[in-house]
Amino acid sequence: MYIGNMSSGRFIDQHHIGALIADYSGMASHNVPSTRIEAAGASGSLAFRQGVMAVASGMHDVVVVGGAEKMTDVSDDASNFILNSAADQQWESMMGATFASLHAMIAQRYMHEGYATREQIAQVAVKSHLHGALNPKAQFQKPIKLETVLRSPTVAEPLTMFDCSPISDGAAAVVLCPLETAHEYTDKPVKVLGTGQASDTLALYQRPDICSFEATKVASRMAYDIAGVGPDGIDLVEIHDDYTISELLALEDMGFFPRGEAGKAVESGETEIGGRLPVNTSGGLKARGNPIGATGVAQIVELVTQLRGDADKRQVKGASTGMAQSIGGTGSTAVITIMGVV
Amino acid sequence: MTVARFWRDIPSRYNLYGSRCASCGKVYFPVRHICPKCRRSSIGKMERHRLSGKGRVHSFSVVHDAPPQLAVLKPYAVAIVEMDEGVKVTGQLVDVEIEEIDIGMGVEAVLRKLGDEGPAGIIHYGFKFSPRFD
Repeated sequence: MYIGNMSSGRFIDQHHIGALIADYSGMASHNVPSTRIEAAGASGSLAFRQGVMAVASGMHDVVVVGGAEKMTDVSDDASNFILNSAADQQWESMMGATFASLHAMIAQRYMHEGYATREQIAQVAVKSHLHGALNPKAQFQKPIKLETVLRSPTVAEPLTMFDCSPISDGAAAVVLCPLETAHEYTDKPVKVLGTGQASDTLALYQRPDICSFEATKVASRMAYDIAGVGPDGIDLVEIHDDYTISELLALEDMGFFPRGEAGKAVESGETEIGGRLPVNTSGGLKARGNPIGATGVAQIVELVTQLRGDADKRQVKGASTGMAQSIGGTGSTAVITIMGVV
Repeated sequence: MTVARFWRDIPSRYNLYGSRCASCGKVYFPVRHICPKCRRSSIGKMERHRLSGKGRVHSFSVVHDAPPQLAVLKPYAVAIVEMDEGVKVTGQLVDVEIEEIDIGMGVEAVLRKLGDEGPAGIIHYGFKFSPRFD
């Protein structure tokens, strides 16, 4: 077992969550090894990548990848304090930069460069809630208007409450095994076509360009190469929209749109279900919810649901290849997964 | 943050000490022991280097949803400042009307109170940025 979890130690005073989940899922009595993986927001996706490597290398025949975070046992202030630790504690958080304000600074610079308008950035949240309304497992299942985003309380200018993903409790899990044995367990296996992972500086300010995440670019290239597909071969994407602005950066860094074009694409509906490239059909972190350690695994669950044709009202017709992008910190860790129908 | 952890960084927090790689000349903040560009060939060649404190706003945000220890300041401005040496630094912007802040604005480092460890604890001092007019 591989378990994605960011901070159970600080959220619920319980470390050693690998053993805990092995125990309460009944696996400890079989002495199944269980490993907790932490990479802030990318914890779940990284746990998944570790699981893929364990199966692909032949180390394990069957691997369960889980992700979980219980965030609401502490106050919002305490929760934000814990989330801030994904950034550089010494030279960002300590200086007064909240995690939201780091993304706000990305947005401010992004708008300054003329890459998108405030309305285009806000439109990401409108689209995410539109999709979340079609997902019975989403934390928020109501569509919102552009005005709702623009007029909600300011968190860190220019971002408002509706630009930010919520505090959530949640869990997700998937089972991995070699493709040759998959039919022993399921009638609808889905194939992992490629994965990628990359790092960047812990602090945002250390980067030459804050309007792009180099780690997303590198991890995407790695995954595209392994999968043997490019951006044109992808039917739907799950993106780490912890903040609305993050989705625009990701769409450009993953090669779907040239720089400065992602905002227009979102505005024109290209990233909605039925559009050219449906993005975050689950509702994304914004509407599905963002229980940190579970988030990356939940993205994989959405890809599997779509590729199996089980996504009901939010089904992307004819989807055969899906991609997920997951971020830890402000682009300090990026994990990419590409999956396809068998 | 523990007293010891804060104390170790006082040269950087009070006097903007970073590092300069003697191999390639690149300046870093805070202190680094390895130059990410030169890596192995920079070992033992990283020099203490004090930043001038002058720079320009690369990006900024005005924080409304502030952590409890900074709630008294809100709304307050935070910025990524590109220093004249080329390295960037994160800090708060002070002594300025929020409406006047803009990308490209000239600023300089000033020593201010960053926070404290409660009423009986130590006070954290460090740099913030205020506008400069030259």
